[in-house]
Parts: sequence; C-alpha cells; structure tokens
Amino acid sequence: MATTATPETLPAHDDAHDLHSHADHKPPFFQRWFMSTNHKDIGTLYLIFAIFAGVVGGAISGIMRAELAEPGIQYLGWWTTFLGGDGANFDETLHLWNVLISAHGLIMVFFMVMPAVIGGFGNWFVPIMIGAPDMAFPRMNNISFWLTFVAFCSLMISAFVPGGTGNGAGTGWTVYAPLSTSGSPGPSVNFAIFALHLAGASSIMGAINFITTIFNMRAPGMTLHKMPLFVWSVLVTAFLLLLALPVLAAAITMLLTDRNFGTTFFDPAGGGDPILYQHLFWFFGHPEVYIMILPGFGIISQIVSTFSRKPVFGYLGMAYAMVAIGVVGFIVWAHHMYTVGLSVNEKMYFTAATMVIAVPTGIKIFSWIATMWGGSLEFKSPMWWALGFIFLFTVGGVTGVVLANGGIDDNLHDTYYVVAHFHYVLSLGAVTALFAGWWYWFPKMFGKMHSEFLSKLQFIVFFVGVNTLFFPMHFLGMQGMPRRYPDYTPAYTLWNEIATRGYEIMAISIVIFFINVFYSLIAGKKAAPNYWGEGATTLEWTLSSPPPFHQFETLPVIDDKAGAH
Amino acid sequence: MAGAKNHDYHILPADPWPLITSVSAFVMTTGLAFFMHDYPFGTYLLIAGFLGLIISMFSWFGNIIKEAHAGDHTPVVQLHQRYGMILFIASEVMFFVGWFWAFFDFSLFPSALTEVVDGQWPPKAIEAVMNPWDLPLLNTLILLCSGTTVTWAHHSLINGDRDGLKKGLWATVILGVVFSFIQAYEYMHAPFPFGENTYGSAFYMATGFHGFHVIVGTIMLVVCLVRAYKGHFTPKQHFGFEAAAWYWHFVDVVWLFLFVAIYIWGGAGAEYH
Repeated sequence: MATTATPETLPAHDDAHDLHSHADHKPPFFQRWFMSTNHKDIGTLYLIFAIFAGVVGGAISGIMRAELAEPGIQYLGWWTTFLGGDGANFDETLHLWNVLISAHGLIMVFFMVMPAVIGGFGNWFVPIMIGAPDMAFPRMNNISFWLTFVAFCSLMISAFVPGGTGNGAGTGWTVYAPLSTSGSPGPSVNFAIFALHLAGASSIMGAINFITTIFNMRAPGMTLHKMPLFVWSVLVTAFLLLLALPVLAAAITMLLTDRNFGTTFFDPAGGGDPILYQHLFWFFGHPEVYIMILPGFGIISQIVSTFSRKPVFGYLGMAYAMVAIGVVGFIVWAHHMYTVGLSVNEKMYFTAATMVIAVPTGIKIFSWIATMWGGSLEFKSPMWWALGFIFLFTVGGVTGVVLANGGIDDNLHDTYYVVAHFHYVLSLGAVTALFAGWWYWFPKMFGKMHSEFLSKLQFIVFFVGVNTLFFPMHFLGMQGMPRRYPDYTPAYTLWNEIATRGYEIMAISIVIFFINVFYSLIAGKKAAPNYWGEGATTLEWTLSSPPPFHQFETLPVIDDKAGAH
Repeated sequence: MAGAKNHDYHILPADPWPLITSVSAFVMTTGLAFFMHDYPFGTYLLIAGFLGLIISMFSWFGNIIKEAHAGDHTPVVQLHQRYGMILFIASEVMFFVGWFWAFFDFSLFPSALTEVVDGQWPPKAIEAVMNPWDLPLLNTLILLCSGTTVTWAHHSLINGDRDGLKKGLWATVILGVVFSFIQAYEYMHAPFPFGENTYGSAFYMATGFHGFHVIVGTIMLVVCLVRAYKGHFTPKQHFGFEAAAWYWHFVDVVWLFLFVAIYIWGGAGAEYH
C-alpha cells in the first residue's frame, strides 16, 4: 500500500500532546472569525455561509415547486402582497416569479456551490494536501470571503427595491439584455450587477491565491504529478475563474453603462447587439459550470480511492482530463445559444466541440469505476454519496450530449429538459459531491465523528427525492413545457405534481443533514487522526482531527517512491 | 504569529483590513446604485465607500511595506508576489478582451438594423473620428517613451544608482500624467458623443478603462517614487517597483492594441462617409 507520508517521515509536532503549544494558539473570538488569516477558519466561514445561502436558495425553490404543483397561480399573489404591500397587481405577481428563479440561480451558483467547493473545501484542504502551513496570501484569502458576504448582501437588497414590473431583479441568472436593461428600469438590477462585480472580484482574488499556493507552496517531494486529484481540480478551477470572470465583469459593466449612462452596447437602436451580451456572458458562463463541477470531481476521486484502498486508476489521465475539460470548456460557449440565429456552420462547430468534452469526462467516469474494480471496497457513507454522484452525474452528462446537438436543441432549448439536465449535473452532481466531501471530511474539520447511519439515511432520502424531483422534468421538457413560467397547461400537471412531491422528500433529507450535523457536533465521538483507515493516504490524515491551528510548522517530506494519490 | 515555524512562508496575524475593505467596497457600490437612481445619500455613500477603500489600501499596502522591511518577505514569499502580480495582470488582460470583443463585434459586423449605423463602420451617424496621426500618435510615443524611462529607473536601481532611479521614475510619472491630460483633452474635443451609438460606446469605454488603468499605474509609480526618496528598495529586493513596472508595461501594450485597432483601423472608414 503506497502511502504519501509514512509516520517515520512525519514531523513530531503532529502528536496530540503538541496541540497546546504555540501551533494551536488561537486568537480571541472576534479576531479569529472576523479578521481571520487562517485558511481553515476561513474555510469554515465559507462552509457556514454556503450552508446558509443554500437554505435561502433552497427555500426559494420550495416556493417555486409549491407554485408549480398544479396549474394556475396559487401562492405567488400571497407572496407578492407579503413582500410588496397591498397594492400589488397581477403583473407584479408574475414579475415575482422571475425574481424567484433569478435569485435561486444566482444564490445557488455564486453563494452556495462556489463558496462551498472552492472557498470551503478548497481552503481547508488544498494547503494541507500539498503540505503547506497556509495559503500564499492569507489576508487576500479573508477579503475573498468578506467580498462574497457583501455581494450576497447586495443581492438581497436587490430583492427589495424596484426592478421591472415590481420589486426585485427578474432577469434570470444570465441577466440577458434587453430584459436587464430597458426591461428593468429600477435600481434592483444595478444591485444585482454590483453583487456579481463583488463576487467576481472575490473569486479572482481567490483564484490568484490558489494558483500561487499550489505552484509555490508544495512540500519537498510533492511534485505536480504527485498532487492529490482534489488539488489538481482546484488548480484547473482557479485558472477557469481567473480567465473567465473578467469577461463577465466587462459584460456586466456594459450592462451598467447601457442602463445608466446612455451607451448602446446591447441596444439595437444605437447599433448594439443583445446577442453580444449572450456571447460575453456564456464565454464566462460555460467555464463557470466547470468551475462548479471540477472540485466535485476532485472530491469524488479522493473518496473513491480511499474506500477502494487503491490509488486512483489512471492518475495522470484523471489530472489531464480535468485540464482538457478546462481548456475545451473555453471554446464551446455558444451551445447555450443555438436558437439565437447562429449559422449552420457555427452550430456544427459548437456541436462538435461540445461533444469533444464527453471524451475527458468519460475518462473520469471510467477511471472511477476502474479504481473500484478489484479494490478492497468499503461502503462508508461518503462512498455512498460518491457512488450516487457517479450515477447521477452520468445521467446529467448523457442528457448533456443530447443537448449538445444543435439540431435537437432547437426543440429542447428553454424547456424543462434543459432544467432537468443542469440540475442533474449541479444539484444532483455538484451538491452530491458537496455532501460526499462534507461527510468525508466533517470529522477531520470539526473533530467529532458524524453518524454514519444518519448520513446514509440522508443519502437514501436525498437520492429518492432529487430523482423524483428532476427526472420527470425530462418528460415535461420533451412534452414542450417551457422554463421560467409560473403557470402551465393542465396537460403537464401529473409530472409537475410528482416533481413537487420529490422536492418535499429532498427537503426531509436536508433536515436529516442538520440533525446529523448538530448531533455530531454535540454528542459525536472524538475523531481519530485517520478515521477512514489505510485507504486514506493524503496528508490531511497525518494530522490530528481537527488539525492544529497552524499545521506543518516543519514541512513534511514526501516519500520519493510513494504515489500521493 | 507562530513562534517556532521552520519554514520560510509568511504566517500572518489576524488583520482587520480585509473586512474593512470589503465593507467599504459594499458601501461604494451601494452608493453608486443609489446615485444612479437619484436616491438620497447616494453621493455621500459613494464618497464614504471610496474613501474607505483608499484608507484600506493605504494601510494594507503600508503594512506590506513594513513587513518587507521586517524581513518577512523571504525569497519564496517574493515568488508568491510575482505569481500574484502576473496572475492579476492575466485577469486584467481578459477584462480588456471583453471590451475588444464588443468593439470587433460592432466594427466587423456593423448593424444594418438602424439608420444610425446603416451597415457601416464607423457608423453613419459619426461625422468625424479622431485623426490617429495627431494626438493619439503623440500619446503612443509618450507611452512607449515612458516604457523606456521606467526601464531606465529599473536598471539604475539594480546598479545602485539611486539618482538615476529617481530621475527615471520622475520622467515616467510625468509622461504618465501628460498622457492622461492629453486623453482628457481629446475626450473634451472629441467630434462624437459618449453614448447614442456603438462607436462612442466602444471607443469611450475601452479607451476610458485604459485611461483608468493608466491613472492607477501612475499612482503605483508615484508610490514607488516616494519610497525611492525614503530610501526604500535595494538592488536585490524591490518587488514593489517591479510590480508597478510590469503593470505599466501591461498598460502600454493595451494602448498599442487600442491605437492600432480602434484609432487607426477602426477609424479608417470615416473619410469615405
């Protein structure tokens, strides 16, 4: 069994008796949590923030599913009155729907998934896995977190000031012009745009931090080709953030000047082009979807390897598959725009290029399976989540190949088929990976063992719930039900009602999640340094649980012959 | 700070400025949104947030200089700073890609949907454009020249010639300021408006953001100049200067692309109107 750092090579400070030395000296409460320069504390802040944002975004989708349970307008009118006062009219009610779908998308993308996978797990485990004491720029790490926080505040303000036909930004998470320009004259969309600016600045600084850390702070012997795959995944993700987000910043700055200062970037009356906005947005937006899923890939690789007691099959192929996905991810963006009037040649190119991404993605899926093949499998709860991820993400990937066809997408564009596809890769893919990582590392981060039973129960309920919720959406999409409407013809009732029941089941799994978290924090047994046993070989398992406040004050030396993955 | 670390990385104590900077940025964007919709206190919030950012940057960067003098910037930490600056400039390049994308979209595929453009570039409504061989050419020469003066300063610094460092920096700062004034003069006398059509939009936003970066770069060089007078920088360790110089060269290169694409090529069709 290859291990990264055998106990002999470990510095003595990891012993438990050393925990009370300077290495574990923590600053007082306010300094520790509001002025933090510690990657683990900042990671914890990110995780708490992501859970909070996830509850907000999930509650919004609860309102949406309740409304869609049957045809007609049920609850939206009540919510409009609740939020906007008695004078609300029917148009404002419909506008509220747009606000809800926009807020759900923006919150889940920018304030739940990204802070959790990159800010949370990335911050916590990238420095530890490469044997570094902290991130390269600890203060910039902290401003990344607080900018995410104030960006969320800005987005919340946007919900309570005038937008288009009522309060809130009802533009969709894509903020397409002209709905976001002449269609939303109120200040709401400005607040949403500034939220994206702030969150973008946060992510760019985070990306710079991660790239610098990974390139410069690897422990002696930790070569690039020995890095755990989770570190590889964050490295590729950071490059995507660094190169994609500035283009979004330019695009939304154009929105801002179009809205407020009389430019005509997206206004055809002055020669502008709304399609230009879509190009700029999706040049960012497509890498963005890989930003959300790549760290999940990394988490799954760690877990599958741990519970198969084998190094990942085809390590280099796995690493460079992510690099390939990252590179090709930059040249496929217009497959989000098949129906805007692209020429046949453009559609052919973007169809072919998009299909190419299935190759490195297939390498990843098959390598995970090959890792398990012949392994000494152990079905602890993170492995359940990881297996769930592999299955659910594959379903989402297969519908992605369907949608990649420009000809088929002409029919399926903006239908529930698309909604089903991206929820399978995100809310069943990325979020499943999040839960997998959470239960894999929870005892490591907080020092208390979780309940395996509750984690597995949560998985079963979650798996049943999300599939009941999202699988019928494929049928709805094939039947032609369009996205982003609060009402539908009664022909679509059956699958919508089933989907709403699925949401309710999924909500129960979130309750189980919180019970498990609080139960474990209060009554969980103290976690050992390596509670998963010999399959867990990366550096975090050589440290106590939780690790000392400053780990690796003497850098670990990585055994030359061992594989780190 | 950890007392017994056996590595060269820089472990930092708790620090208030990230939180203060973030809140200031939030106050500034909120003020800007209020200001754009004539809400009360918009201007005050905008100014307060902006001042907060300035104070934060002054204190934060000041702390970094103190740490450098305290010896915290070991070779590996300096390498971090180099990576950080290069990556920051890479993200800035992508920001300008967005603006050039808009410009080339408008100029290569001028809209035929509106009389204002009428399928031509520059748009039909544009009576005249700036003559690129007039002040823009002068500005090109000024920026190229400033690129050499900053190198003069750098080589002086490396060779221990403090006087040459100051002279080179003075020359660079003056050239940068002159460039900004010429740009401002050009904006005031430009024969086309800011908004109304794609030409003004693409021209002013692209060159305007470049101008903003010139001002930021000039401020960085002024800081270097002040530090040079205070006796900072050694021939071996002067990353603050190098970062400013790199940024200045980046700004220079962006201008060359603007000059060739927007001023020369983008305006070439105007005489056939």
